[in-house]
Amino acid sequence: MSASNQQALHGAIFEESVMLTIEDLSRMCAVDERHIVEFVHEGVLNVVESTSTEWRFSGAALRRTRLALRLERDLELNLAGVALAIELMEELERLRRKLQATL
Amino acid sequence: MEFKDYYKVMGVARDATETQIKQAYRKLARKYHPDVSKEKDAEAHFKEVGEAYEVLKSPEKRAAYDQLGQGRSAGEDFRPPPDWGSGFQFSGTGSRDSSYSDFFESLFGAQGRAGTAGRHGARHPGRGEDHHARVLLDLDATLLGGPRQLTLRIPEIDSDGRLVTKERVLNVQVPKGILAGQNIRLAGQGARLPGEGTPGDLFIEVEFQPHPLYRIDGRDLYLDLPIAPWEAALGAMVKTPTPTGAVELKIPAGSRAGGKLRLKGRGVPASPPGDFYVIVQVALPAADDDKAKAAYAAMAAALPFNPRANLGV
Repeated sequence: MSASNQQALHGAIFEESVMLTIEDLSRMCAVDERHIVEFVHEGVLNVVESTSTEWRFSGAALRRTRLALRLERDLELNLAGVALAIELMEELERLRRKLQATL
Repeated sequence: MEFKDYYKVMGVARDATETQIKQAYRKLARKYHPDVSKEKDAEAHFKEVGEAYEVLKSPEKRAAYDQLGQGRSAGEDFRPPPDWGSGFQFSGTGSRDSSYSDFFESLFGAQGRAGTAGRHGARHPGRGEDHHARVLLDLDATLLGGPRQLTLRIPEIDSDGRLVTKERVLNVQVPKGILAGQNIRLAGQGARLPGEGTPGDLFIEVEFQPHPLYRIDGRDLYLDLPIAPWEAALGAMVKTPTPTGAVELKIPAGSRAGGKLRLKGRGVPASPPGDFYVIVQVALPAADDDKAKAAYAAMAAALPFNPRANLGV
């Protein structure tokens, strides 16, 4: 299974190349759209563009949705718990990176 | 194969109640969850705990396991008896998507496994599932871009309906400027459905290995730059490495250790690009010969300098 002689596969940076609809997120994460709506109401997901008919999410929402779903499932957290955990995890990650970069 | 002591994995007694088992699981899951934990081998531990919980939380599976496990201890060589499984009915109710051990599979098989096979797909017939993988790249991959050979571990459902992890080697062009936590999407490289239909996509989330020179914080890079005391005091032009090649950097007179110099736009070439920070470190020459000692002595004699002036002593 050597890939060295294959031509390199090209892909775009997902987070910077797309805007996602609620249908996209629902399909990509295999969850009900209502669940995505709950994430938005709890502040787990941010809507970056909102028209009268549709919400748009940034590409980064995919990673966040998947993370939120894993936390719900594996740690049996409720929505508020997921929201809090993600906020704290991001703060921790930010501080760790800062510490590592400037120390 | 080895016998697994699920009670030991969960740290509970053999007569533990459902509540105790649930409590033990939650505690261990928080400790070892790969998204949360910085423990070594967190993922392997988490898998083991999840598997133990899958068995012990289900009264049917627990009863079957208990019957089998009498008098056995962990690590003991084990084959399931030929009449194993008769009289018990196992049904998958969870929705984990990591693979289970051979021990678990031999006992509870594909039907006992909390399946994911039907979870996707059902909603969108005609399109294969997306695959997700995570890779650790060298920092140069994002600074300069270029092809990298990546070894991915992809969970797949095999022809017997078992969840297995397959290794896949791909040659991938890393987009210049990708940041930690972002994904490279390779269209059509996800799961294929038998026959017709659109294959899913492959998402590769990137993280970076430590670089020998630069540290990374989001899109910014940091470099420790040692300079001589006279360069710090008098100012100087010094040669500095940057991701795009060496540059002459102006050290202002009166620079102090820990001082930060910013080279705008010379960080990770994302859009917008990050900045490149040089942290000044003042290196002292060793006083290991008479000439050096004389130079230090001359400086001591010439400068009325008390570095502890603001300590009140």
